[in-house]
Amino acid sequence: MTVEDLTEDMQPIAIRPAEKADLTHVVMLDEKVTGIGKSDYIFDLFERYQTRRPDERFFYVAENLTPTPRKIVGFIIGEIRAWEFGSEPCGWVFAISVDHDLRESGTGAALLDRLSESFRDAGVNRLRTMISRKNHLLMSFFRSRGLMAGPYIQLEKDL
Amino acid sequence: MKLQTASRLAIYAVLELSADPDRQLSAAGISEKYGLSTHHLSKVLHTLGRAGLVRSVRGAGGGYAFVGNPKRTTLLDVIELFETLDETQSATHDPGLATDAGQALKSVLGEIDEMTRATLNSITISTMHMLMDRNSSGFGMVDQDQGRTPGNG
Repeated sequence: MTVEDLTEDMQPIAIRPAEKADLTHVVMLDEKVTGIGKSDYIFDLFERYQTRRPDERFFYVAENLTPTPRKIVGFIIGEIRAWEFGSEPCGWVFAISVDHDLRESGTGAALLDRLSESFRDAGVNRLRTMISRKNHLLMSFFRSRGLMAGPYIQLEKDL
Repeated sequence: MKLQTASRLAIYAVLELSADPDRQLSAAGISEKYGLSTHHLSKVLHTLGRAGLVRSVRGAGGGYAFVGNPKRTTLLDVIELFETLDETQSATHDPGLATDAGQALKSVLGEIDEMTRATLNSITISTMHMLMDRNSSGFGMVDQDQGRTPGNG
């Protein structure tokens, strides 16, 4: 299913489930934004999302409809996880990325809204994510979409 | 954490003015709404003006207007005009700091400072307006009871 959405500055964007043909573009976009190539991870994740619990796992892309040819300008990946760390079932956002050229165009918001809608349709009513506290841009984005600090704290140590 | 009075006044003033950037408000008008000292608020507005966040408009009907970018200006940007938050890491004369206990305590307090800084740096003026709208329409804080952990005991 394709959902077309006019974003804040009226960029015509389609948010739709990722297809295998999109993955090369997703990998390139992710590497452009993060500076780290994760081809194997993204292809492997796509395969897993296709074959196991597809009704609880979501991988969407944002496609710019103009100019032609259409271009992948963002993606979001998330799934419903339950009872890890004692947490009730909730929707986790694992990755979101938008092309630098389309920042503040509403593309990230459209991706997050679509994923939220899928989580709600699958029966969960809470969205969760984890962000590096040094990533001010991403943290500001999630804050602007209404996310607040949750009841869990992540801890770690060097091994 | 507790903010210094000047930081709190500045945040109130920025929120009040940015609610409608086309509107000009006097220091007296803002201070009356929040029950603040007009004299103190005038000094704060002067600092906000030097930082390029507000502009003073002279003449009849004049006052202050918000001229910053509400989507880019964070609470930390405003607060750091009036106070320094990283006191734990910059402190060099705290009693016992050179001891193992002093260093361990510094590490823990530094963790809290870093969280505070990251939080304030992620909340923009636009986000604050969204939170204010949410509070006024009855959608308040996250229900912390949702954080109970049956699986972890």
